[in-house]
Amino acid sequence: MDKIWLLFITFFKVGLFTFGGGYAMIPMIEEEVLKHGWLNSVDLLVDFIAISESTPGPFAINIATFIGFDEAGLWGAIAATLGVVLPSFIIILFIARFFTRFAKNPTVNGFLSGVKPMVVGILVAVGVGLLCRSTIHTDLFHLSDWVFDPRTWVIAAVLLGIRLIRPKMNPIYLILFAAILGIVAYSLISI
Amino acid sequence: MLRDLFFTFFKIGLFTFGGGYAMIPLIQREAIEKKKWCSVDEFLNIIAIAESTPGPIAVNSATFIGYKQKGVLGAFFATLGVVLPSFVIILLISLFLVQFKDNTIVANAFQGVRIAVAILVLGAGLKLMRKLKKHWLTIVLIIAGFILMLFHWLPTIFVILIGGIIGIMYQTIVTWIEVAKRG
Repeated sequence: MDKIWLLFITFFKVGLFTFGGGYAMIPMIEEEVLKHGWLNSVDLLVDFIAISESTPGPFAINIATFIGFDEAGLWGAIAATLGVVLPSFIIILFIARFFTRFAKNPTVNGFLSGVKPMVVGILVAVGVGLLCRSTIHTDLFHLSDWVFDPRTWVIAAVLLGIRLIRPKMNPIYLILFAAILGIVAYSLISI
Repeated sequence: MLRDLFFTFFKIGLFTFGGGYAMIPLIQREAIEKKKWCSVDEFLNIIAIAESTPGPIAVNSATFIGYKQKGVLGAFFATLGVVLPSFVIILLISLFLVQFKDNTIVANAFQGVRIAVAILVLGAGLKLMRKLKKHWLTIVLIIAGFILMLFHWLPTIFVILIGGIIGIMYQTIVTWIEVAKRG
């Protein structure tokens, strides 16, 4: 299939299922990235999440633009971004035209009452997975592959401490601080 | 009017970092207080709709307000406006990132940043959890979602759909029981 068309269809699918804010798309995008062999590595996806958090605009659009551009240049970026925006555009047009009491509909409410807790479970699992990958450099179940690097644990402990003490701190500052910690720990201290 | 919709939402798109609820105050100031495109009640309704439909709140609000002002064309220009800033910025960053990702200092910085991202995602999940209704089915579904994703047993889309179907089934059964009790 043509790459541009594949990007459009893939992000259309992702856009159709993004409930509960941008982060809920991470596992879906990861599955697609692995399936199609995009981005060269999943680490690049995680790096991009941080960049997206530090630039304006919704995460969904940022990530689509980025992957689209990385895979197929400007037209890829346009196709992926259009794909991720189109489902909500069409749905909102439909609701605005015919169905303004949409949010009070019992079937919609039933659907969401099941989707929301599922998304929470997904997000926590994704968070745990990312934490494992960034600290022990493998997933939870490959005990023999665990990498123990004290520098990682210090960074994780400091960041977690900051997050617990100042939960409302702007994520950009946490990311910038983490970048400084990373540079200090990995450039200056060799193990 | 179309130009006004485009530039107002362009401004909203340009100045919201992180997306999501962060943009609500800005939309409120620009589109409701300054331009009076919709009332506060309508805006609350838009947020409720945005929460019940897929996609970012910013895009949903832009489409809705644009449509109410100027029909499909209004929706198109408002949505284009809100999307364009991040599209252009990310294009520029993509060019930069491809050149710098092999730089040692950048790579070291990202060793730390990846941990921060993990903590942010975990935090987002826990924050959403506190907003949910305390109910046994909610707890069962949170645990189910967690386990299904941790072991990668099913594609995410299926996990989300299963949640929705169980939600609809539960709602239907509760309604039946209520009707049966009354009837």
